[in-house]
Amino acid sequence: MASKYHIHTEPAPPRFRPIGKLGIVEWREDCSSCHNCVKRACVYGLFRDEADALHETHDFLDYIYQCKGCLSCVQNCTKGILTRVVNPEYKRLGDAYFTPDIVAVTWFQSETGKIPVSGGGYNGPFSGAGFDSMWTDMSEIVRPTRDGIHGREYISTSVNIGRKERHLAFKDGQPVPPPPLLEIPMPVIFDVIPSRWRRGPIVAAVAKAAAQTGLLTVVDADDIPASPGRSNANMLPQLARAAQGDAFAAAPVVMLPDGEDVFEAHRALKARSPNRIVVVRTRANPRAADRISRFAAEGVEAICLTFDPHGREDAPANPRHVRDVLREVHRRLIKDGTRDQVTLISSGGIALAEHVTKALLCGADLVAIDVPLLLAMECRLCKECGPGRPCPIALENIDLDYAARRVVNLVGAWHQQLIEMMGAMGMREARRLRGEVGRCMFYEDLERDTFGRLFGQRKADRPAL
Amino acid sequence: MTIAPNTTSPQSPEDFVAEPGFAAVSRETRVAPPRYRNEIGKFVVPRPDACGQCGRCGAHGVHVRPWRYNLIIRPFEYRCIGPDCKTSGRYCVGACPNKALSVTLNPVFETIGDFRWTPDLIVSTWKMAETGQLPPSFLESETGNSGGGFDRLRFRFPAAPPKDLRREDISTKLLLNRRDDGREKVTIDVPWYGGGMSFGSTNIHALLAKVRAGKAWNTFSCTGEGGYPQRFIPYADHMIVQVATGLFGVREETIQRAKIVEFKYAQGAKPGLGGHLLGSKNTPSVAAMRETVPGVSLFSPFPFHSVYSVEDHKKHLDWIAHVNPRALLSAKVSTPTDVDMVAVGAYYAGAHIVHTDGSYGGTGAAPNVAKKNIAMPIEYGIGKVHQFLVNEGVRDKVTLIASGGVRTPADIAKAIALGADGIVTGTAELVAIGCIRCTACESGRGCARGIATTDTELLELVTIDWATQRLVNLYSAWREGLIDILYRLGLDSVSALRGRTDLLMHLDYEGSDGAA
Repeated sequence: MASKYHIHTEPAPPRFRPIGKLGIVEWREDCSSCHNCVKRACVYGLFRDEADALHETHDFLDYIYQCKGCLSCVQNCTKGILTRVVNPEYKRLGDAYFTPDIVAVTWFQSETGKIPVSGGGYNGPFSGAGFDSMWTDMSEIVRPTRDGIHGREYISTSVNIGRKERHLAFKDGQPVPPPPLLEIPMPVIFDVIPSRWRRGPIVAAVAKAAAQTGLLTVVDADDIPASPGRSNANMLPQLARAAQGDAFAAAPVVMLPDGEDVFEAHRALKARSPNRIVVVRTRANPRAADRISRFAAEGVEAICLTFDPHGREDAPANPRHVRDVLREVHRRLIKDGTRDQVTLISSGGIALAEHVTKALLCGADLVAIDVPLLLAMECRLCKECGPGRPCPIALENIDLDYAARRVVNLVGAWHQQLIEMMGAMGMREARRLRGEVGRCMFYEDLERDTFGRLFGQRKADRPAL
Repeated sequence: MTIAPNTTSPQSPEDFVAEPGFAAVSRETRVAPPRYRNEIGKFVVPRPDACGQCGRCGAHGVHVRPWRYNLIIRPFEYRCIGPDCKTSGRYCVGACPNKALSVTLNPVFETIGDFRWTPDLIVSTWKMAETGQLPPSFLESETGNSGGGFDRLRFRFPAAPPKDLRREDISTKLLLNRRDDGREKVTIDVPWYGGGMSFGSTNIHALLAKVRAGKAWNTFSCTGEGGYPQRFIPYADHMIVQVATGLFGVREETIQRAKIVEFKYAQGAKPGLGGHLLGSKNTPSVAAMRETVPGVSLFSPFPFHSVYSVEDHKKHLDWIAHVNPRALLSAKVSTPTDVDMVAVGAYYAGAHIVHTDGSYGGTGAAPNVAKKNIAMPIEYGIGKVHQFLVNEGVRDKVTLIASGGVRTPADIAKAIALGADGIVTGTAELVAIGCIRCTACESGRGCARGIATTDTELLELVTIDWATQRLVNLYSAWREGLIDILYRLGLDSVSALRGRTDLLMHLDYEGSDGAA
């Protein structure tokens, strides 16, 4: 048996003081310098620096990152001079999809490599858009789970890229070798870093993290320096045209953009090196299912279905989310009888560890991520960078090993969370997650089956999605 | 015989035997003020220098000049009832001759709480725990802001309740044993009992307060899976013993002590995952109770490694049924998609109580990914299980208890109308004794507010008598609120409400127009 897949994480403290959510503000002029100052009692030691010199004035201290918001100091101060505020800078982190909470939790995972754990029941909304409108299942008495989390039974997160034939083929009485199939230890690959972030060692750091975790990183062929041994086994060159393929003979997988001559280019690449897997990247749009069905029929073995960073398809109005497009594409391929002949990689809209599991349940074989990799390096998505404009946190100066470490930590934490969710589902194989809608529940279905049964029609202005 | 409460503190279980008064507890409501000087309310009334100390502002206990004080002390702002006060005739802002006072929203108020426990819900729970009365109307004390489930369900109240219905005749009793198996027909006075919290996860003072409130209201609390500290023994008739997957503290004598034994198959906040007590909370006394080594993180596995089928489950229940021939058996399960099958399986294996814990239930520590994503909210689970039990023809043989996101009397009534017999509460009890839902129960020395901690210094932040009174008050207010709903619906008992989905509407569905 192959050795157990394990991602080694080690703490990588932030380079900059992270932007925390809560801050304690005090009206220092009203302080009576009493002997029982609540700051001494902070169980998190937030004011430790200050407590040493409590009665002296000193510079501004930023407690925002560490404050856990227990309010003990605010509620106990003899003079009531402390108050709590939500950091306005925190609210500006990220964007509408990569919310401040997602940015903060990504930073935590990149720093520690640990699963975010907290007490108290879930404090978010009942459900939400996209991936937030589905729940994964768990197994109870009648469907015992496997305890892979504490290591008693191994939960495999490996998935394959490539074609799986339905049956053995023979030619002249000899078995035809099966098509190439690449196994990666986790259903995540790193997508091309958008040009805005291709600065300093960022691309190299992502490649290094891919090598350390055994995953793949998609790299623009033009960005790979022209020298022998220039690509490694963890690089997935994204070619602009088929002719570039010759330069990457060692790469086990290459990627081609969709286009008018894509089938020709695909055939040309396969003719030159039959043992190389060719992924075709296509944009998600309302016709994606037809397009992918065609790809499968034409013998394309892997497809990267690409959404925008917020997980939306290209559509003039009401673009669908990854969740719904994947379900449609998956069902279509099953109907065609070609589902196992293609690997479906979903790119875009993956912001949290749970999105990996959910994308797989909706029908992807694996996902590609990009923005979370940058968040791992402390990016705030301020979008102030650009061609010739510097990054406010100088990402171009980040240390390569440190940046790779942060990415590895994030991937390690995501891997652990994937295992948690699979363990709860009673699943031992990430390959079996694909399209397994029997192990998840969709908001609209649950609404229809419970409240729809009782209360009839949903109001038009409050659709289930 | 009446037993006078004894004020000297008991030292051992034997003291309780010698002096039953130690364990006496009353359901009388008494004011239990907040334990923080600067309690958080919805409004603030700053007192600027322009104040002339005339004392004309002394309404509602906000502005106080204690006896022999020359000056009015800093206002107790949490008592302020806000701009509604204008019509009360005792409005301090209007009474101030210097126009020094003003009432504004408290900025801290807006930073507390979350979608499910809004600031209004937290503060209204505090109010109920303080006074034992239903919260004031300026707080939205019935629903949260989660945008689904209980928060979008409303009751269809008839125009007027029947004339012959009297509030004092409305019964809130709940029968827990519906099997005719010779075991005790345990009945509790309110349709809820306290959820399991283990010795180790939660302050022993809070746990004792929980079980004392359970005793006062003739209901139950639950040990969780941390064993059975001796201090619980005087309240044994009101303590459910939990058998969870780690089997911590499960012994023959603890099983035999219980009126109800609960099997925790899963927990709503982390369904399909085991428990995890962080090493820092595993103090010597916790470790002794759990028969482990102090300082080591303790994992409970998932699932019970002796239960891999319904047949195993039956054997499991039989085992306890024989160890304690008088106990009722409860199976606590989570809400997977096949929760209805699980519930029926639990019934046929011999459970008296099927307890389903929804995915938004409480926990001392769980991966965020599990709390948010795994298994469905209880609002979906209740109806599913209820209907399945009805179709199976066994609904009246089993008690269905729901939990996981039940915060208010309105939630209790909605859960029951959806098909549950009663509910289990946990988070609301902790909020009543000062929890602010900062979700940092697990970090460092544990809860900074002294609730979810085993740190010897922090334990003292919560005292048993105070916390007991807060919970007794909360229960009292809840019962009042529940009776209020039943009265307005024209029902004479909680059991008459069960499964009455015709009395409910959902704001997102047609036909709910005109709803409040």
